[in-house]
Amino acid sequence: MTPLTATAVGKRYRSRWAVRDCSFTIPEGKVVALVGPNGAGKSTLLRIAAGLVRPTTGELRAFDTPLRGRIHPDVAFLAQNRPLYRDLTVREVARACAAMNDRWSADRVHEVLGLLAGVDHDAKVGTLSAGAVTQVAIAMALGRLPRLLLLDEPLSDLDPLARDETLRIIMTEVADRGTTVVMSSHLLSDLREVCDHILLIDEGRVQVDGDIEEVLAQHRILVGPATDESAVEGTLISASRTERQATLLMREARPVPEGWVGTEPDLESLVMGYLRASRERRLSAERG
Amino acid sequence: MLTDVIEFRIDRRSGVSTYMQIVQQVKQAMRLGLLTPGDRLPSAREVVEATTVNPNTVLKAYRELEREGLVEGRRGLGTFVTKSLSSEATTGDDAPLRRELSRWMGHAQEGGLVVEDVDALYSAVRDEHYPAEERS
Repeated sequence: MTPLTATAVGKRYRSRWAVRDCSFTIPEGKVVALVGPNGAGKSTLLRIAAGLVRPTTGELRAFDTPLRGRIHPDVAFLAQNRPLYRDLTVREVARACAAMNDRWSADRVHEVLGLLAGVDHDAKVGTLSAGAVTQVAIAMALGRLPRLLLLDEPLSDLDPLARDETLRIIMTEVADRGTTVVMSSHLLSDLREVCDHILLIDEGRVQVDGDIEEVLAQHRILVGPATDESAVEGTLISASRTERQATLLMREARPVPEGWVGTEPDLESLVMGYLRASRERRLSAERG
Repeated sequence: MLTDVIEFRIDRRSGVSTYMQIVQQVKQAMRLGLLTPGDRLPSAREVVEATTVNPNTVLKAYRELEREGLVEGRRGLGTFVTKSLSSEATTGDDAPLRRELSRWMGHAQEGGLVVEDVDALYSAVRDEHYPAEERS
């Protein structure tokens, strides 16, 4: 069963489309980087996937079940505002979550909390650092024993040690239970080393979707003379040019023409190329 | 059973994918005789605990090694080395070719060469003997 399938999903707030015509499939067992600039629609998409927001158009399915305004039992969601009761201690939060969830593993929560060096279990949530609150919220998400884990900016509040600790917990979850994970971040470097699939969103639309190695292998950066771009075949994604030299990001590039040098892009250059292209499309649309 | 035969060192800034680094490090350990037939590679979980990489990447690297006929996955037991890549020429600190190379590098150092000079000389000579298009 496919953990997540989006078909032409759109969400409009008043006159603005936060997510528009998004279609994608997330294969089972993948660790997906949901990336895009601030305001791209990442959070809205995750909130739709978690059943908290109903799409204006299209349909999102979790494990082949259409989402209808509530979370699927096999899905757990870390919301960006980390909604935990501030006046309860960590231990009490764990008990409250146990009471609110039909399927719950107190052992799993205990195990994860035990791995968090910086979290006092008797401290009130409101007294914890932002990073510690995030880690506690992740522990609660894992208590649902999800098959799909949705994490909205899981690393944004974490110092380097807590970040490593948290990624290790999430990656161990993947190794042990084959959990599918979707993690959002506006910083690609946060996710590069742990994700094997990319979903790049900008302007509410899917820009890139696929296995990271495969996506990279489909693209080339070609560098050559600015005067002779006609020789290059393939789909041009974006370009930067000086008087003499052109640097082109190409998809499905044909053999590199004489006088040009072609290399496979790294993920950062690929993402930058797509975001630049999307920004230029927006600017030229605004100019009419 | 030995669980800690080798440990992977993942260089995040090398530009080489994590998957490829794991493949290369297993092969290198096999060439140096650190991994021999019957040895079990660390499980995905063990690698995750040591280096915080994506377990899917570890399994993908192991599948590639399996495709090349170097290791074999046994259900529920792990991934085992099935082939030897080491030979007397490459194993041990006293292998004759290694001693010769060490002598050569000693001369280079005495001659005041810096590491970039040594690397440049080494790759130039290597490419003369092993042209790129013939390498697999």
